[in-house]
Amino acid sequence: MEQAFLALLTIVIGVGGCVGYFWLSNIVLDKAIFPVGGPNANRNITRANAVRPWLFLLPAVLALGLYLAYPVFATAWLSLNRNEAGELVFVGFDNYRQMLGEDKFWESLRNNAIWLIVVPAMATAFGLLAAQLTDRIRWGNIAKSMIFMPMAISFVGASVIWKLIYDTREAGQTQIGILNAIWLKFDGGAGSFLLLRVLPALILLAGAAAILWVVWGQVRALSDGGTMAKALRVLGIVVGAWLAYVAVSWGFGAATAQLPYGQPQFWLQIPFWNNFFLMAVLIWLQTGFAMVILSAALRGVPEDTIEAAIIDGANPFQIFFKIKVPQIMGTIVVVWTTITITVLKVFDIVRAMSGGQQETQVLANYMYDKLFVAVDWGVGSASAMVILLLVTPILVWNVYNARKEMR
Amino acid sequence: MENIAGKKPALTWAVHISVGLLVLLWVIPTIGLLVSSFRSGDQIVSSGWWNALFTQEQQMSPIRVEGAEVAKDGVFVVEGRLFGTDGVTVSAWGTSSREPTAYAPGDTASLDDGISVTVQADGAYALTSPVTTEGMRLPRIFTTAATPPEFSTANYNLVLFSPLAGQSIFQAFMNTATVAIPATIIPILIAAFAAYALAWMEFPGRALLIAAIVGLLVVPLQLALIPLLQIHNAIGIGKGYLGIWLAHTGFGLPLAIYLLRNYMVGLPKDIIECAKVDGATDFQIFTKIILPLSFPALASFAIFQFLWTWNDLLVALVFLGTSNDQQVLTGNIVNLMGSRGGDWEILSASAFVSIAVPLIVFFAMQKYLVRGLLAGSVK
Repeated sequence: MEQAFLALLTIVIGVGGCVGYFWLSNIVLDKAIFPVGGPNANRNITRANAVRPWLFLLPAVLALGLYLAYPVFATAWLSLNRNEAGELVFVGFDNYRQMLGEDKFWESLRNNAIWLIVVPAMATAFGLLAAQLTDRIRWGNIAKSMIFMPMAISFVGASVIWKLIYDTREAGQTQIGILNAIWLKFDGGAGSFLLLRVLPALILLAGAAAILWVVWGQVRALSDGGTMAKALRVLGIVVGAWLAYVAVSWGFGAATAQLPYGQPQFWLQIPFWNNFFLMAVLIWLQTGFAMVILSAALRGVPEDTIEAAIIDGANPFQIFFKIKVPQIMGTIVVVWTTITITVLKVFDIVRAMSGGQQETQVLANYMYDKLFVAVDWGVGSASAMVILLLVTPILVWNVYNARKEMR
Repeated sequence: MENIAGKKPALTWAVHISVGLLVLLWVIPTIGLLVSSFRSGDQIVSSGWWNALFTQEQQMSPIRVEGAEVAKDGVFVVEGRLFGTDGVTVSAWGTSSREPTAYAPGDTASLDDGISVTVQADGAYALTSPVTTEGMRLPRIFTTAATPPEFSTANYNLVLFSPLAGQSIFQAFMNTATVAIPATIIPILIAAFAAYALAWMEFPGRALLIAAIVGLLVVPLQLALIPLLQIHNAIGIGKGYLGIWLAHTGFGLPLAIYLLRNYMVGLPKDIIECAKVDGATDFQIFTKIILPLSFPALASFAIFQFLWTWNDLLVALVFLGTSNDQQVLTGNIVNLMGSRGGDWEILSASAFVSIAVPLIVFFAMQKYLVRGLLAGSVK
């Protein structure tokens, strides 16, 4: 009760304080400092109007400066120091050197890289699929609500939900995790062959084909644009070719793997693949976001371009991939980058489901471990700077776009 | 656009089925936890939740005969029922683990020492013994029975009011509300004034400020943890509610200002100019015209901020203490996952208490949430 009262009091003080500040400062400005009327009325009004924006902005600028801008520099400084018995000792880049020498750091960097490729790609793809399909049916809005719903669920709540799905009991006991229950239905027969070998291999090969198609488009466009654009294209081609290679080799791997049929699996303890079971949680959470935004973008595609395509005899797939998708490319990029930022900060899921054990560490959780478990502020801050470094390209791109719009 | 699908019924069906599968894939995880939260621990362990909705036949755990004996016609009789609930139908039973299905309902099993047991289909049993059963170890009964679906809210009663992870879920719920509500309301006001200045007032440095806010939108809050904790300790706030309210306010401001400014810029210029001509001050224009007109944008941000502060774990771990009157729902559940990881009846009910409020907010105000998302992302 005391607590509820405290909260209520804070709301009253906070809101009252804000309103009081804005109201009083305006009155002081207009009545006391630059009085409207009197000998210098005109000059005073101009001056008051020059000051007023800053009155309106002051609390926000203070809060932003103190809570977001200052910490960036403070963290940068902390990353160059070592905390010895409460005293900061300047050590230059020692913390970074120590961090680069740790296996756990490279493990989290590798895992973060996989997260960064898989989660935005899958969430955007599922979102696009859901947006396109639900727009065409009568109960589409209900379907959208259902797919969008995980948006409201906390990462921790989602972790509990998915832990139940991945639950494992000893062989012979009743499996209560739905994934193991389904897994035990596979016995290595024809159904297993189709669903666990042929289907994944086909999906991966199709993915490789899609990547190669994009790469080919970039290769053909290589001669356009300036040096910067060319460099980016070459980079894109190299990364794309590598991804396609990985997809093909995984496709063959899926087709030829020896699967332990009939054995209940500890999904979150299978090295390397457990990362993907964690990623599924975030994909599940983020798809709704991608779907809502892409659905709005799809509706914004001009009707006449679609009608023209129909008249020219395009089939629904051609209309989707050649008419609609290119027109909403800008939005797809926005969705992709937004999810990318979420992925870089992913912490709760790993913390709650695996704690970063069994090779599932990611940067944000590595940083938390360093800062608050090992209480090593230097290395912790250094890893925070790595996260900032990874976000920076998106930050620059966002600012660049915002400035372009304002002009 | 519908006509494309309409021309080919097969394609329409394919769309319906794909959407159905997709929706199923997306709701099944949540439903699994919801169903589990209404089942007892024994039920959760003995069968998958997907079976819970149907009557199912399964081997039950053995039950030892117990009860007061009654002397009747020279023999001693112990009578009772195997199951606490109605509707359970026994299809086979036995008295040893090697032959758990030796007898049909209504049969009488003869055991050592002249003891005999009869079990009826509804679970009623009668044990007769020529000597008194006082102090004797009575036999166990193994049954195979069909149980109808059975749900109860017992788990919720348990988790809400008993301190399972140091504090009860109800206490954690109150703590979360204490964090989330002020942390939602306070930034709105600060952001609204700033957004108005950035949208409708001319001053040098405006473009630069807007760019800075767009930049701050993506700065990871991880960077802010240690420096802010240092500041809080230095000025004497330490770990506590005041600190977390301030932190959430700071972290929420860039999105708030960005959303609100984008919305306010789109308001018709004429209204504001007319008001100015009529002699209204900026303060009056803001409170009388801009604020009421911006309600949709205010609502969308409020939902974002509320969901974010309610669901947050990291900021609460850093800026709040771990005592019972400060730990929030997410922290409590992470502790439960560590200490009672296998007790799904506790975990599922706790998780659902924490999910319930955001889900209600989500379904009640989905319109504003979507609008806010679109304003923030599509450009």
